Amino acid sequence: MSAYDLPSRDGHFGPYGGIFVAETLISALEDLRQKYEYYRTDSEFQAEFAYELKHYVGRPSPIYHAKRWSEHLGGAQILLKREDLNHTGAHKINNTVGQALLARRMGKKRVIAETGAGQHGVASATVAARYGMECVVYMGSEDVKRQATNVYRMKLLGATVIPVESGSRTLKDALNEAMRDWVTNVESTFYIIGTVAGPHPYPMMVRDFQAIIGIEAKTQMIELFGRQPDALIACVGGGSNAIGLFYPYIEDSAVRLIGVEAAGKGIETKQHAATLSTGRPGVLHGNRTYLIQDENGQIIETHSISAGLDYPGVGPEHAWLKDCGRAEYVAITDDEALQAFHDLCRYEGIMPALESSHALAYAAKYAPTLPKDKLLLVNLSGRGDKDMATVAQMSGLSL
Amino acid sequence: MNRIAQTFASLKDQNRKALIPFITAGDPHPDVTVHLMHQLVRSGADIIELGVPFSDPMADGPTIQRSSERALKHHVSLNKVLDFVGEFRETNTDTPVVLMGYANPIEAMGYTVFASKARSCGVDGVLIVDYPPEESSEWVKCLDEHGIDAIFLLSPTTPKARIEQVAKLAKGYVYYVSLKGVTGASHLDLENVSQRLKELRQHITIPIGVGFGIRDGSTARAVANVADAVVIGSRIIEEIEHATQDKLLFQVASLLTDLRKAMDEH
Repeated sequence: MSAYDLPSRDGHFGPYGGIFVAETLISALEDLRQKYEYYRTDSEFQAEFAYELKHYVGRPSPIYHAKRWSEHLGGAQILLKREDLNHTGAHKINNTVGQALLARRMGKKRVIAETGAGQHGVASATVAARYGMECVVYMGSEDVKRQATNVYRMKLLGATVIPVESGSRTLKDALNEAMRDWVTNVESTFYIIGTVAGPHPYPMMVRDFQAIIGIEAKTQMIELFGRQPDALIACVGGGSNAIGLFYPYIEDSAVRLIGVEAAGKGIETKQHAATLSTGRPGVLHGNRTYLIQDENGQIIETHSISAGLDYPGVGPEHAWLKDCGRAEYVAITDDEALQAFHDLCRYEGIMPALESSHALAYAAKYAPTLPKDKLLLVNLSGRGDKDMATVAQMSGLSL
Repeated sequence: MNRIAQTFASLKDQNRKALIPFITAGDPHPDVTVHLMHQLVRSGADIIELGVPFSDPMADGPTIQRSSERALKHHVSLNKVLDFVGEFRETNTDTPVVLMGYANPIEAMGYTVFASKARSCGVDGVLIVDYPPEESSEWVKCLDEHGIDAIFLLSPTTPKARIEQVAKLAKGYVYYVSLKGVTGASHLDLENVSQRLKELRQHITIPIGVGFGIRDGSTARAVANVADAVVIGSRIIEEIEHATQDKLLFQVASLLTDLRKAMDEH
């Protein structure tokens, strides 16, 4: 495979990505692109980012060999990249630290963010507190109801949470509303996008900040096992934790890259969020990518037990990795994810986020088909404390 | 000369400026749209901007978002919008119709299928909010081949180099968004608009319309003094939103007549 150097200068991953926004946002994106291009290779910026990741986030996150669970499944060894041990409990903080440092250098005093499950909102509110910036988080009013604990966390951290009442009242609508805020307050405000979607340079920038996951894994795998894993497995909503793990491995063609989408109540029920498995290319939220849409190009409401995967689009780099065959994408239902959630609690004493449980569930299906000396590295992208109410409700309990 | 150029040429002869109302196709009900278009013309509209409803109208404020949602409740698709234009053309062959909307319905239909159907229904121009010039070369080429004008936006933050780029691609007229933010926002800085238009005219040779923030006769008149066209959207949608069904045409007509009168006073 030739050297992988996407996106192109204008932000394209093959036919995907790009800058599909209204004229009013173009100059802000151009400014961001230029500043990021500079700081991307600025040693002082990178040193500060590395320092913050180590001392504030708590990196490197370990790789843990889930021996008991692997033995129970009776096949390949399952290894977990423990992003759940990061400060605030998920991989999202890697990116918000990076963008907050950039916002500071651009002289912005106000940051805004969209959030679905609330993890990115919490990570944004956290760095805003850490660096003394005002923070406004847009969240669909449906999600506000589903994720009450995270809403309170954001408020404790000093952020203003604005419930969004338009459209389907979920993540996509929160993103629309954050874009509208940004257009209106473009001079004072930095928009911290939480995933590898949106207009260029966001998909590239968020990927770069999350790539620490894969960079660490490459070194840790050699230290622990003397070799790289046979496959990487990560859940994909927008796809930032997956890209963070995959990106440093893209040219390493012996390693399979497997993205796991949310099949919700089942692909055939149409109540799912499996964009790459079932969608068609189109344009939404500033980039060209696969979308879940009807025959007229209207975006359809998605469903997943996990709010963080409940999104009708997907990062454009995943769209490209799918089309060129470098990565594969599969889908896991709510029930399968829930089973993996319980299994990891019982066999390893680790409570995974429902998002990450999708990746675990695929590993649980795949491992038994492989010999015991194969290694599967699963990105345990977040911890599951936030999901306890949802899990209890699914089990017919209320907390 | 196409209908848009024809319209601006004849307005120029009369020393008048174009009034361009925006409505969302299918709002509040698909049965009303074609009647409403004819009423707009009778009340002084020179060009009609017809919004194509979209599930995620990122660049629009709450008023136009709601109008899109109302239209989508009645499943108003891009195909349906084109049918409205075709029906309008059965009795009106002079007034230009410009479609305004978002990229994805066009992506779903395909450029060529869209452009040839739009052409045969009598669409004169198309403005797709999230197709900036950078991503538009194939799109503009396709519209060109079908004789449809590609309308582009310019904003207070557009730098000179991009104005030149837009000048090369844009046909019909360009739409200057007179303030930052989404549609329906208030506070229009006329001094600033007039200064910006002078700069734009150094590069843009086709007419320039101004929209965003125009709410009444006096702002419409002030904008008409410096621009070639006045675009009015959210204010009309508010009228539609609050009118009862039997008064709807009347109220929109009375709003537009007032604006027309204010613009034509010298």
